[in-house]
Parts: sequence; structure tokens; C-alpha cells
Amino acid sequence: MLLRVENLHKSFDSLDVLKGISFGLEKGQVTVVIGSSGSGKSTLLRCINCLTPPDKGQVWLENLELTARDADLNQARSKMGFVFQDFNLFTHLTVLENVCFGPLRVNKKSKEEARQIALEEIERVGMLNKLDAYPAQLSGGQQQRISIARALALKPQLIMFDEPTSALDPELTGEVLAVMSGLAKDGMTLLVVTHEMGFARSVADRIIFMEEGTILEQGPPEQLFTAPENERTRYFLQMISQLE
Amino acid sequence: MEEFFYYSWTILPSLLEGTVITLQLSAVCIVVGLAAGSMIGLARVYGNKPVYRIATIYVEVVRGTPLITQVFFIYFGLGDIGILLKPVVAAGLALGINTAAYQAEYFRGAIRAIKPGQVTAVQAMGGTKFDAIRYVIIPQMFRIVIPSASNEIIYMVKCTSIAFTVGVPELMFKANREGLMHFKYVETYILAALIYIVIILTLAQVLKFVELKIAIPGLGLKA
Amino acid sequence: MDIVYTLIGELPQFGKGVLVALQLLAGLMTLGMILGLVLAALEVFGSPVLKFVAGWIRKLLWAVPQLVLLSIVFYLPFNLNPMVAAICALGLCSAAFQSQIFRGAIMAIQPGQLEAAKAMGLGQTKTIIYVILPQMVRLSIGGWTNELASELKDTSLAYVVGVMEIMRQGKSIISYTFGNSLVVYFFIACIYFCLTRTGTYVFYRLEDRLWVPGFEKRKD
Repeated sequence: MLLRVENLHKSFDSLDVLKGISFGLEKGQVTVVIGSSGSGKSTLLRCINCLTPPDKGQVWLENLELTARDADLNQARSKMGFVFQDFNLFTHLTVLENVCFGPLRVNKKSKEEARQIALEEIERVGMLNKLDAYPAQLSGGQQQRISIARALALKPQLIMFDEPTSALDPELTGEVLAVMSGLAKDGMTLLVVTHEMGFARSVADRIIFMEEGTILEQGPPEQLFTAPENERTRYFLQMISQLE
Repeated sequence: MEEFFYYSWTILPSLLEGTVITLQLSAVCIVVGLAAGSMIGLARVYGNKPVYRIATIYVEVVRGTPLITQVFFIYFGLGDIGILLKPVVAAGLALGINTAAYQAEYFRGAIRAIKPGQVTAVQAMGGTKFDAIRYVIIPQMFRIVIPSASNEIIYMVKCTSIAFTVGVPELMFKANREGLMHFKYVETYILAALIYIVIILTLAQVLKFVELKIAIPGLGLKA
Repeated sequence: MDIVYTLIGELPQFGKGVLVALQLLAGLMTLGMILGLVLAALEVFGSPVLKFVAGWIRKLLWAVPQLVLLSIVFYLPFNLNPMVAAICALGLCSAAFQSQIFRGAIMAIQPGQLEAAKAMGLGQTKTIIYVILPQMVRLSIGGWTNELASELKDTSLAYVVGVMEIMRQGKSIISYTFGNSLVVYFFIACIYFCLTRTGTYVFYRLEDRLWVPGFEKRKD
């Protein structure tokens, strides 16, 4: 098991956001987490790499326990790619420099090695023509693709996506989802929080449905989308399909 | 008119001597201001509680009191308790301490204009907060601060004129002396004003040029 | 410790200094505001010639150190009393800064709103009174308050031409009480500090009172 999450709890002030989440991920699996706003999806992701430290529970990346008191979090995080909803690219660096950042500054590779790696990943997301552009000169979709390249450049064991298309205009989500599908085809381990049901249906190996801080149901997309066991799951999917 | 030009010609050498001192004094305190100011600004944003407190008190107190009071405090005040400083040293110290406090605030504003998500992104990659500060915050901080820092730099050059009150032989002092010697105050000060104007306007252009040269699209203080 | 008693004894003198400083401040800020508004209006709404002239007047006033302008005005052959000279000189310098503030405020108003006013048939004057002015005031308060605090400290420069403001009083007190400069100037610094704090507090409260959603308040 590549990633194991056990009994995660997290509260903010008096609000319980995560109420005992447990699940596991295998290598090469694409897991998509769906649920209504406020169900705790984003918090879950941030607790996994301890950007937001959980109140209770454990997270294991292979043999490394991230939640242990003496855990080397930086080491662990460098093995997990994270793609943010609002990209968070470094404004003062060009596209190439942004993607080089991980290998160069975190993995301590040489300049040439970092450049090589960066070029590979930038090619993978289809942005080779924008190497010297600055983030402010790119569209949202382009920025997000670079953000994915930046995460890939770390050669992580899995990549987590926190609502990667929510901040994008509708016509730009396609290019980002296409990149993500490509990664799935290449056998990357992905953990995606999203509202994009089409993507979930066609790309996911497993869907996790969350509501109010707990996992209500999980299973392969065929099962969840056509014959959900839980009534609330059914209700949620109904609401979503009405919008599509 | 002719008389004015003739008179200006005679006192110009003396005024230019003073100008050299003005420029030297300005250069020193600008460098100090930027160096110390950037560090204090960083301390105010990222420092722990005690560091933050000290930095804040320093900035608030220095910015809340007039420069001339600070100069007198250092020159006359320390003098009265036995620490006798040369006028230029006292003035330089006061100017440096003063400008550092203002620059610290400008640097702090610049840092806060950088989206915190970028720091989170570094941490999500496995970098430390220190890496984030070193490679992401500081490079952007220096660019964003340029308009405000330039303003402060220009203001400082003008403030060197205060040093004349404690006897530093800069431009204002020379003008004062020449005016007294020839009993032509207005003409002398107008000439001095012209020199200051030339210096300031040129400096402003240079700084504007620097700002444009270093600019990166997307980087700027959200006005 | 008797320095403390001396200071307390001299409080009325310091008080006089503070009063003079505040009068000077009121005078120079008023002059600065009137001139600043005129310059700003000319620079934003004026013909190209007026724009050029107003712009250069502002640049020149900004580029001259206050002490130099102070000396020029003081020594003019009009036999000006130091207080008047100080108000004029410092007021002129302040006008340069204030016109920048007002200019920025006016330009921050979305031009679309002025178009909307036009489309409604609202005349020039009414547009200025009901659309431009209220927004300009809200947008300038932050910067104007900073300028006020700055000028309060700059009243200390009037020392150089002999105005009996706080610094002059201090110097005089030091000499006739054979006092310790360190303590006296420290005390003076405290006076300025308190004045600046109270002043900015009052105006920030005013800004809060006038605030309406949609206007970015000063970022602290």
C-alpha cells in the first residue's frame, strides 16, 4: 500500500471537519474524492501531507509515518506532488524556472539535470512554447498545467490535486483534465479532489464519496455512479447530474 | 540677472564642495537603510514574538518622531552624557536609523503583497520555510519594494540638509555660510535649491529606469 | 532626578510649543490642501498646457528640501514673520505631496461611473459633487492622514527660522535650566510620538466612519 490514512480527525474552532477518515491507496491507482462543499475534501488532502496537521490519526507513505512527531515532513513532501486550486506559481520566475525549482532547490540536483527534468515535464503538459514566459502572461489553464509540471518535476510517488479546475473558466478546464488523464494512462498514482464528474467517471479506478467529514461510500466508478448503495450518495449524484 | 549669474559663479565651488558631502552622506545612509530595513522588515513578518516586538517598537518609535529631534538627541544628547561624536557621524547615524525604520515598513508591505500560497507551494514540495524565504520571498520583495524604496531614497537626499544644524559641511551648510558671508541669502539659497533639484530629478529618473529594467510582468504592489 | 522635576515645571513652556506647532500644522495643511487640490485638478482635468505647467510646479516643489525653501521664503525682502514664512514654505512643499494623493484618488475612480452619470444626463458640476468628490474623499483619507503625520513632524523644521515650536522651546529650556539634552530631547520625542499617534488614530476612526464596502481601506 502506497498511502494509508487512518482515523483522521480535524476541527477548526468548534467545527469538526474530518471525523475519522480511513482509506488506502495502491500504486498506479487513480482515486477521486467527491462530495459537496464543506464535506472536508480539501482539508483531507492538506492533512495528508500535513500542510494542515491533523488533530488525530495517522498517515503513512509506504513505511514513513508523516504524522509521527519526529517525521521528516520535508523529505516526505518531496515525494508527494501537490497541485493547488489557485496554482500558486512563483510570480518572479519564468515557466522553466518554476518547474526547475523542485529538482534544483528541494532535490538538490545540478542545474543541467534540473533543466533536463523540467523540459521533460513541460513537454509532457504541452507547454514547451512558453518556457520564458512569466505566470502573469499565461491563462489560468496554462498556469495550472505548469503547476502540474512543477509537481511532476519532483518525480513524486503520487500526486494530489486540490480542485485543480475549480478556479478556471469552463473552456480552460478541458486542457487541464486532459493532462491529468494522460498522467493516469502513464500509470501515475493520483489522488484527486474535484467536482468534475465526467473525469471521475472515465479516469478514476476508485471513487470516494465524502459528506460532513466522513466517507459515506467508496468503490469503482461503475458501481458508484450506476448503483450507489447509500441514499445520500444517490441524492448527491442526482443533484450533480441535474447541473451537467 | 547678470549679477545673479556672476554671484553664482563665485560661490559655486564652495557649494559644490558641500554637494559632495551631501552625496556621500546620502549614499551611506541609503545603503544602511536598505540593508537594515530589509532585515527588519523580514523580522517583522517572520520573526518570533520577541524579535517582532523589538522590531515593531523600533519602527514605531523612529517613525513617530521628527528627524531633527533624532539628530539632536544623538549629537547633543549623547554629547551631554560624555559620548562626543563628530557631527557627520552623529548625523549619519541618525539618518541611517531613521531611514532604516521607514524602509522596514516598505519591505514589510512588499512581503505582504506576495501571495502566501507561494510559500505553501514550496512547503508542499518538501522545501523548508527558510527555502521559501530565500528563493521566493526575497527576490520578489526587492522588486516590489522599488517604488516605495525609491521614494524614501529621494526623501533621504533631501533630509541630509538637516545635518547642517549640527555643523556638517554639506550643501545646506555651505549655502548658509555663503549667504551669511555675502549677505545674499535669497540668491544663495535659490542656487542651492537648483542644485538639489538637479540631483533629485536625475535620481528620480535613474530609479525609474532601474524599476523598469528589473520589472517582471505580474509583479507589483496591488495598488 | 531633578531633571524630571524641571521638565514637569517647564510643562507650560512645552505646552506653548505644542500650541504653536499645531497652529503651524493647521496653517500649512490648509495651504497645502487648497494648492494641492488645484494642482491635482489641473493635472487631471486641465488642457495639455495646464497639465504640463501644474506637473512641473509639483515636481519642483517636491524636489526642493523643505529647509531650503524655508530659508528662501524667510529671507525674502518682505520682512515676513517666521511663523508666516514657515506656513508658506511648508505649505508649498506639502501641496506637492497632497496633489499626488488627490491625483491618485481621482484616477482610482472607475471612469465607467462617470460615463454612467453622463448617460443619465447629470451635468458636469453635479457629477463632480455627487460622484467624484465623495469617492475622492474616501480614497484620499489614508494617504492624507499619513501626510498629516509627516507634516506634524516637519513642524520641527521651523526651528531653523526661529519659530517657537516644540524644538525651539526645548533648546531654550535646555539653555536656561542648564538641563540635560538627552532627557529633554527624549521628552520632546515622546511629545511628538503621542501627538502623531493621537492624530492618526482620530483620522483612522474618521476613515472607518466614512467607509463603504467597495473601497479598499489603508492596509496597515
